[in-house]
Amino acid sequence: MSGRRSRPRQSSGTTRISEDQINDLVIKLQQLLPELGDSHRSDKVSAARVLQDTCNYIRNLHREVDDISERLSELLANSDTAQAALIRSLLTQ
Amino acid sequence: MASLISDTEPPSHPHPSSTDLLRRKKRLSASSSASVTTGDDGDSHHARWRSEKQQRNYSAKLIQALQQVRLGSSSSSSAAATPSPKRGKAVREAADRALAVSARGRTLWSRAILANRIKLKFRKQKQPRPAAAIPAVITTTGSISSSGGGGRRSWKKRRVTVVKLNKKSIPTVNRKVRVLGRLVPGCRKESVPVILEEATDYIQALEMQVRAMKSLAELLSGSNSAPTRPI
Repeated sequence: MSGRRSRPRQSSGTTRISEDQINDLVIKLQQLLPELGDSHRSDKVSAARVLQDTCNYIRNLHREVDDISERLSELLANSDTAQAALIRSLLTQ
Repeated sequence: MASLISDTEPPSHPHPSSTDLLRRKKRLSASSSASVTTGDDGDSHHARWRSEKQQRNYSAKLIQALQQVRLGSSSSSSAAATPSPKRGKAVREAADRALAVSARGRTLWSRAILANRIKLKFRKQKQPRPAAAIPAVITTTGSISSSGGGGRRSWKKRRVTVVKLNKKSIPTVNRKVRVLGRLVPGCRKESVPVILEEATDYIQALEMQVRAMKSLAELLSGSNSAPTRPI
């Protein structure tokens, strides 16, 4: 990404969100992603790709949380066993 | 923070085991948080979501889930009276609420989750952030406004101008950021850098939530299959 230079054209009283700041945020976001987090590819991936992968990742996480909560609700259905299990797990931890 | 959690969810059932559980939980969380002292909590929030916060969210969620189960089992005595999607959703919502509480209200999405759950219609104003990751966004009356046009709010006028550079396709990036803003709760009408920062925090929180719930499910399933465990 060459040529990143923000030229403030308006008066000095206003602050504009420059591309650099957005780039920094996107890079920070990219480091969180599981597949794009490699450091040697930091300047080869476009921002749109990072954002797209972020959206997909968040959707995946949502779905995973839903699945696990389904599983948890079934496990917690039997409350007596769950109570004893939770107490026991807390004691062992 | 344990007191904060107990304030939001007062134990309504005087069951001895649940109060015992709560007391043990507070002791556990206090001891764990005291042992793990994170000195870089203000510097990088990456460590925040991985160390002591995990313990807190874990204990908070356990309390929540317990109460949910209580309510579910007390209302319906017969098995499978409540449909499973309803219970699953209740667990998910309790987990989200616990996650939002453990965010300590510093992020936008956590406040949005809590506001939605309590069914309040007004949104709190953002606290002034000490982190210097994003410089102050001053309202401008410039002619160029961010694409999408969804930034109009009656009680807060804020328009962000994005510098248009020739190498980037600004509309694409903006469109994707808008989509991302719809995924993160409470960021539907925010500006681009706000959405990006909220997304980074939200992803880390979600990862921690998945980890905690997975370990909890494994604990429960493990204990269910083997009732006598060597302590």
